Amino acid sequence: MLMTIVLIAILCISVAIAGLIYRVIKGPTTPDRIVALDAIGINLVAIIALVSIALDTNAYLEVILLLGILAFIGTVAFSKYLEKGVIIENERDR
Amino acid sequence: MKTNDVILQTATKIVLFVIVLFSVYIFFAGHYTPGGGFVGGLLTAGAIILLLLAFDMKTVAKILPFNYMNMTALGLLIAIGTGAGALLFNKPFLTHAFTYAHVPVLGKLSLHTAAIFDLGVFLVVVGVTMTIIQTIGEDE
Repeated sequence: MLMTIVLIAILCISVAIAGLIYRVIKGPTTPDRIVALDAIGINLVAIIALVSIALDTNAYLEVILLLGILAFIGTVAFSKYLEKGVIIENERDR
Repeated sequence: MKTNDVILQTATKIVLFVIVLFSVYIFFAGHYTPGGGFVGGLLTAGAIILLLLAFDMKTVAKILPFNYMNMTALGLLIAIGTGAGALLFNKPFLTHAFTYAHVPVLGKLSLHTAAIFDLGVFLVVVGVTMTIIQTIGEDE
C-alpha cells in the first residue's frame, strides 16, 4: 500500500520535472530558465526522499540537505550574475 | 544603479552557520555513515563561496584571514604526518591505530587516527577549492 503511494508520488513529481524541463528548454528569458532549474533541484530533493522511503534506508538523508544548499547557492550565483554581470566582486561600492 | 542586498546578506548570516555545522557533522560522521573529509571540505568551501557571493572579496579576506595555499600545504603535511607516524612504532606506512578513550564530558569516544588523516583531506579540499575560486574571481 505504502509502496503504491510512493510510486504514484514519484510518477507525479517526474511529470512535474518534465514540465520544468520544457520550461528550461523553451523559456523565452534567462530568469525563466533559472527559476525552472531551481524548481528542478527542489523536485529532485522530493524524489530522493521518496526513493529513500522506497528503498527503506536513511543513508540518503544527507543528500537532501546537500542538494537544498547547492540549489540555493547556484540560484544565488546565477541571479547575481544576471543583476551585476559579475559573480564575485572584488570590492563593493558602498 | 546602487543595488540593495539586505535580504541576501541577512539570509547568508543565518544560513552560513547551518552549512558550516552540517559540513562539520558530515566530516565527523564519515566513519560510520556517508560523508567524510571530501564532502565536508566541499561544503565548507560552499559556505565560504556563499559568503563571497553575499559580500565581496576584501570583506571575506578580512573575516577569514587564511592563505588557502598554505592551508593546502598544511593539509598535505597532516596527511603525510599521519602516515609517517606509523613508522615510529615499527609499522608499515599509513597504518592506523584506534583506541577507546573516556572523556569527562563526552563519555566513551572511539578515537581513530584516520580522523586526523581525514582532517588533512578536509583542509586540502577547502584550500584547493577556495584557491581556484579566488584566482578566477579576482580577475577584473
